[in-house]
Amino acid sequence: MAEKIYAGVKVQVDQEGYLIDTNQWTKEIAKEIAKEEGFELTETHFAIIKFIREKVAKGEALTLRSIGKSGATDIKGFYQLFPGAPLKKATKCAGVPKPSSCI
Amino acid sequence: MSEEKKYPLKKVLLICAKGSIEDVYASLVMANGAVMEGIETKVFFTFFGLDAITKARMNNLHTSTVGNPAMRMPGGIPFPTWLGGVPGVESAVSSIMRSQMEALDIPPVDEFLEMIKAGGGEIYACKLAFDMFKMKKEDLWDGVKDVITIGQFYEMADGLQTQIIFT
Repeated sequence: MAEKIYAGVKVQVDQEGYLIDTNQWTKEIAKEIAKEEGFELTETHFAIIKFIREKVAKGEALTLRSIGKSGATDIKGFYQLFPGAPLKKATKCAGVPKPSSCI
Repeated sequence: MSEEKKYPLKKVLLICAKGSIEDVYASLVMANGAVMEGIETKVFFTFFGLDAITKARMNNLHTSTVGNPAMRMPGGIPFPTWLGGVPGVESAVSSIMRSQMEALDIPPVDEFLEMIKAGGGEIYACKLAFDMFKMKKEDLWDGVKDVITIGQFYEMADGLQTQIIFT
């Protein structure tokens, strides 16, 4: 565990940089995490983040396929918005735990 | 203490040579998983694996109900081999398997391939098997990038931290 300061707020993160307490999440924190990952958040990013946070809050499994069906973006768009490892990066920005999904 | 230097995977090349549900999905899950991790991914379908990228068959793959000692009835009772040979049983079991996968949000084959392609993964058909089965380009799923030889596929494994996986 480590401490980080995002947008002037001290937060706890795990070894890979995921927020420990999802309730500490704010849009400003998300923007700074994204900056660290090398991209800027747009409205579409936030629509995806909102979908992810709601899905996780309900305790539902998060899959690439579900994001493709979220209405916020399609899978190709998702790969472009969060380049590299989209599900990992999107969940990090969304302040939720790293997903344990294989699909 | 010196920290061990790590060399994470950069590229995976998967070879899918069998056409049963479990063999094809093993390849697809590994391919999609690699794409999701940002690993460059290429999949080569050969022999009966070609069924997975053949339009007429891809979404109706079967599992074998005979000669599979791990096959179980609901409740965990061993699945008798003679029952597996009864007409219609293999279709019924395969259909149940596909619906159980759907319940876990595992997509059908064509959609799964689309997902892999959407993330930059590439799908190839084996030329030798393609010729042997007397196939035509239009028989293949539209997203297939090319029909190539195994030599051409090996040429793509041209970098450090690259792995070839055969399923």
